[in-house]
Amino acid sequence: MSSLDFLTVDDVHVWRGDRHVLKGVSLRVGPGELLHVWGPNGAGKSTLLRVVSGLLRPEQGAVRWAGQSIADDPAAYHAALAYAAHEPALKADLTAVENLRFSVGLKRRVADGELRAALSEAGVAACADLPARVLSAGQRRRVALARVLAVQASLWLLDEPYTNLDASGAELLSRLLDQHRDRGGSAMIVAHQTLVLARPVGRLELGA
Amino acid sequence: MSVSLWSGLTLVLRRDLALSLRRPDQLIQPLVFFLIVTTLFPLSLSPEPSLLRQMAPGVLWVGALLAALLSMDGLFRGDAEDGTLEQLLLSGQALGAIVVAKTFAHWLVSGAALVLMAPLVATALGVPVGAFPVMMLSLGLGTLTLSWLGAIGAGLTVGLRRGGVLLSLIVLPLAMPLLIFGANATDRAIGGESAAGALYFLASLCLFTTTLAPFAAAAALRITVE
Repeated sequence: MSSLDFLTVDDVHVWRGDRHVLKGVSLRVGPGELLHVWGPNGAGKSTLLRVVSGLLRPEQGAVRWAGQSIADDPAAYHAALAYAAHEPALKADLTAVENLRFSVGLKRRVADGELRAALSEAGVAACADLPARVLSAGQRRRVALARVLAVQASLWLLDEPYTNLDASGAELLSRLLDQHRDRGGSAMIVAHQTLVLARPVGRLELGA
Repeated sequence: MSVSLWSGLTLVLRRDLALSLRRPDQLIQPLVFFLIVTTLFPLSLSPEPSLLRQMAPGVLWVGALLAALLSMDGLFRGDAEDGTLEQLLLSGQALGAIVVAKTFAHWLVSGAALVLMAPLVATALGVPVGAFPVMMLSLGLGTLTLSWLGAIGAGLTVGLRRGGVLLSLIVLPLAMPLLIFGANATDRAIGGESAAGALYFLASLCLFTTTLAPFAAAAALRITVE
């Protein structure tokens, strides 16, 4: 993670049909910084995350990573990125380890041992060889979290990561976010609740 | 340590094959459909062997096209519904390569399986064994071409709740040259004539779609995900 790994969003506008969802959003997240995005339902929090990830092209404005527009070299940007959408993106017929093997394996060469270590860090080591179909919603969320860990990305984009997590899961996620920040990583977190972390985080309110 | 294009491609291929094999019902359904549709013709027209042999190329090809099309709708739908498609788009791999891997894996369990099944149906329709190689080759080229065309259609319709019928409406008109030349090749082989011309045409269509369809399907997918 170099000190150049800044994420900057400049005056981003997004329309969905007639609705002006994002009205000139600007932000900056540097190494070792977390940004908590919050706001009422329909304020465009997930839309902002999709724009930042590169899934959605803004009608106006730019997203830059390390000083370069993400549209110029999407492959390099996506290699540095871990995105956890609202859906855990697991294949019901594959086991947790297989799911990670295929999704993490597209980003970097990874051994099964590392994947199992990530699953155990996320507290779902016992589910490693169970098909995702039989996992509970909270366990799936933890497996998705293990994927974020295993990718070893410098920028995390998490959409409602606390959903379905029990108290210990929420605590674990907060601890992982703290560790990620201490290692110099950065993250954007869309969440309704206040984040209880070791140090205060930046906040961006949408739809105000 | 980034992942090369080739290992990314084989990873997606292996994943999709593993998924198909864990859901054998989806693999078997198009095959049974092929078997049933081709059985309907002798029942409704005439079981007269000479007539059956005359109809065989058309029956085989229409049955195979419809059966292959039946499973096309699921090509990207599962991935789109559970969020895997977004992960694939953000994997840092070229989307065109992912489309190639997914479509080829899909062809192996649908089109290639139909080709292997064709001799059984052909025997029932009285096609001589000597015509089998040409029939299977033409069906192989035809179903692979159809898979590429279907990938474009599936990419365009994946955002719709029920895109199956629309997918057929998009793909079937494009598949008409396949039907014409494929049935012609099979017909010529049954009559003991050379089918080279029709086979060359099918092969050129297959190459044409193999090179261009992945780009078109990737563009369609990108638009859908937005």
